[in-house]
Amino acid sequence: MKINLRINGQSRQFLIEPNEYLLDVLRKNDYLSVRRGCDNTSCGVCTVLIDNKPVPSCSVLAARCENKEITTVEGIEKEVEKLAKYFGELGADQCGYCNPSMALTVYSLKLENKNANIEEVKEYLVGNLCRCTGYVAQHEAIMKYLGDES
Amino acid sequence: MKVVNNLTHSIDGMGIMKGRKAFTDDFAEKDTLIVKVMRSPYAYAKILKINDSEARKLEGIEMVLTHKDFKRIPFTRAGQGYPEPSPHDKFVLDEYVRYIGDEVLAVVGRSDEICDKALSLIKVEYEVLEPVLDFETAKDNPIVIHPENEIHEMFDIGFEPKRNIAASYAMEIGDVKKTLSECEYVIKETFYTQAQAHVMLEPHTVNARMDYQNRLCIYSATQTPFHVRRIISQGLEIPLSKIRVIKPRVGGGFGGKQAIHGEMLVAYVTYKTNKPAKMIYSRKEVFESSYSRHPMRIEMTLGADKDGKLKAINCEGLSDTGAYGEHALTVFMVTGSKVLPLYNKVDSVRFAGDIVYTNHTPAGAFRGYGAIQGNFALESAVDILCKKMKMDPILFRQINMMKEKETSPIFAIMGEGTAGTAMIMETCKLEECIEKGMELIGWKDKYPRIESKDKIRSVGMAIAMQGSGIPYIDMGSATIKLNDDGFYNLMVGATEIGQGSDTVLTQIAAEELMTTVDKVVIYSSDTDLTPFDVGAYASSTTYISGNAVWKAAKELKEKMIVEAARILKTNIENIDFDGKTFTNRVSGEKITLVDLSNQITYSHEQKQLQVTSSYVGHKSPPPFMAGFVEIEIDKATYEIDILHYVSVVDCGTTINPMLAKGQVDGAIVQGLGMAHFEEVIYGANGKLISSDLLNYKIPTRLDIKKLTTVFVDSYEETGPFGAKSVGEIGIDTPPAALANAVANALGVRITTLPITSEKIFKEMRRINDEK
Repeated sequence: MKINLRINGQSRQFLIEPNEYLLDVLRKNDYLSVRRGCDNTSCGVCTVLIDNKPVPSCSVLAARCENKEITTVEGIEKEVEKLAKYFGELGADQCGYCNPSMALTVYSLKLENKNANIEEVKEYLVGNLCRCTGYVAQHEAIMKYLGDES
Repeated sequence: MKVVNNLTHSIDGMGIMKGRKAFTDDFAEKDTLIVKVMRSPYAYAKILKINDSEARKLEGIEMVLTHKDFKRIPFTRAGQGYPEPSPHDKFVLDEYVRYIGDEVLAVVGRSDEICDKALSLIKVEYEVLEPVLDFETAKDNPIVIHPENEIHEMFDIGFEPKRNIAASYAMEIGDVKKTLSECEYVIKETFYTQAQAHVMLEPHTVNARMDYQNRLCIYSATQTPFHVRRIISQGLEIPLSKIRVIKPRVGGGFGGKQAIHGEMLVAYVTYKTNKPAKMIYSRKEVFESSYSRHPMRIEMTLGADKDGKLKAINCEGLSDTGAYGEHALTVFMVTGSKVLPLYNKVDSVRFAGDIVYTNHTPAGAFRGYGAIQGNFALESAVDILCKKMKMDPILFRQINMMKEKETSPIFAIMGEGTAGTAMIMETCKLEECIEKGMELIGWKDKYPRIESKDKIRSVGMAIAMQGSGIPYIDMGSATIKLNDDGFYNLMVGATEIGQGSDTVLTQIAAEELMTTVDKVVIYSSDTDLTPFDVGAYASSTTYISGNAVWKAAKELKEKMIVEAARILKTNIENIDFDGKTFTNRVSGEKITLVDLSNQITYSHEQKQLQVTSSYVGHKSPPPFMAGFVEIEIDKATYEIDILHYVSVVDCGTTINPMLAKGQVDGAIVQGLGMAHFEEVIYGANGKLISSDLLNYKIPTRLDIKKLTTVFVDSYEETGPFGAKSVGEIGIDTPPAALANAVANALGVRITTLPITSEKIFKEMRRINDEK
């Protein structure tokens, strides 16, 4: 079947199987920043924004995304540059496999509640697991990013 | 120092967060065969018959691979140097399956869906055998897990497969029995640790193709590209020169990617069909069918005199290596060699035990391997002994622990798989680590506990040591090349897996060449293009590979000065170099590095300046640390809230202080996972039930309240710019520190990991029933 999506502001049409998940459709079509981590929505690595809400793409049927606005990390490059700078400053970078998905979730939080306190940040991002950093440096970087008015 | 020990952003964080093509699967061919494995539903069985005729007829199915397709060449997947200290006990595919999740056969097809369909059409007949699921009954069990005759050890590791023993080890210094009989205080306790899972977020991933020179080119998410190349060559009898292994960005490893996982099957498929192939482990496969930490039983006996001096340690272990013996001996030896020297003033010390086969998921390398198990036992036992002696546990440690300029006879006796290397602790700031840690956690006010109506707050602590590479075995090397326009390429076999080694090695080169990190372009690691390195394991990269980079940078600088002296018509002794300009001290004449590099590239006496250097450690200077935890326990539910973890670390110079902190923070949280969160559950039939992230709980960001990680001043003479390792040390202390904090809060001693509210509840009830 055919579906129409808007990905990072561009209209795309894909030929898909009715049972295909959005994650697989995106990766097949070279949106490689969207990655697989766990298969059952537990890790958050496959997060994309659907109409600006973070969603694990491993469990969304692509067929249900007709005419939806999908954002991958390539669609928010300016914001990523800011966030990545704070990650660098605070030593929050490690393997980075989850970083594009985290950037998307953080960006979505900023849209919803840019005055979020650290507890709200943790709550919002709880579905984004990280096995490398111990989280603390990430939170410091995210707080700085949220406070950045530039 | 301008670059080293200064704030330097990771060189790749920006590009990685932007989602640039970086990880193994990003480089898979578009039109590729998919390799999928049928996994054993039985813990132990013999394959009698495989009916795959329907599957083979499916359109889009390229091959069905069974044990009959492979020559019986036993190998080890451990991913170690050669000859390996692990038994060669694995075949690519075998007629026996030895755990639930073991490989039965593989299907190769055009898509995931076709492969799944093929798998559903294949009927396998098994002779189901009774498994060995309790590792305490494995040794000399009438059920033999490896009855086959071809398997072997590479040198004496105590391998006795007919007794289900993968390896065994024993050593004794002094006479432990006699010393213990003379001690005023003796305690003995048995500890159990669980099969922790790595849960790196990128699953095991590999893809292959034949390149235009008809060579097998493999991308693999591995910590050990050079070992992967060798093991594929040996296991599949493909000439080493025909194989190229490229390690792109790796999404976390923690030891899990030291080993070979899908590489053998994918390499075989591509080599046989000439078509690209790939394999990505599902998360379930990562849990069930890769490997975990070795579960252990450790019996620890300590004896002290009336003054609180530790006199004897007797440590007897039993380790469960599961169905295959990856790292069986080496992990176990670390339980002794990187734990027991902490208390180096004993008269006698003994360490012994067996590493047994069971029909469980295999165990292998995992950050802090052996050390975290041993540390939990020893540092718990120390607090138990202190309680018996009514002695302050901090004071006990201050009296008995390793100090600077001291040594332990264990270093010479125990290495990893072989004899060890004697060494003096040129740097050991444990005293300072403890003092600072007490201050940061508020020990004096909080020890042992503060009780309120519903809650008890308490503190606990432990000390730890690790190593920095394996002396005389681990080798790293680096190539540095000067380009026109005066910038450098740095090619290393060292394996960036997310720990930041590319950044740290770039900093080392930049510091020595007196330049900035943007002028040093690093590339790691590719068996065709970068010089050899054993890979990312054993806390070796900063120390071993870092030393290789440092050496190469020094040598390149010498070569550049020779060129400058020629151009400025003087002797090399008269040349000053500040990173940008060479000056003839006598005449005052100058030439910039940019001009020099352009001249030798294009116009006069042209040549390529390039240096390759290697480094092998002659010692393994241990980093040390003290870990302190503050917890709050609910009096009604015994729910544990981990409020604060303080780590004070002596890792020599921190090449990159922020990344070093990241290593410790991350390791502490993994250690807390092992200590409290990560329960491994098996069904009665040997099936791993905790095989996804819903049933296996790693710490989330809500679980981590506060981490304080600081480094004490320390300079290791043999390390690059004074550095020791920092990758593993952080994981060691949390289990014992938490167990000690729980004991300080409630008076109960939990001796099995993880330490859960349920276990505390049961133990409290048992104590109350006894009263």
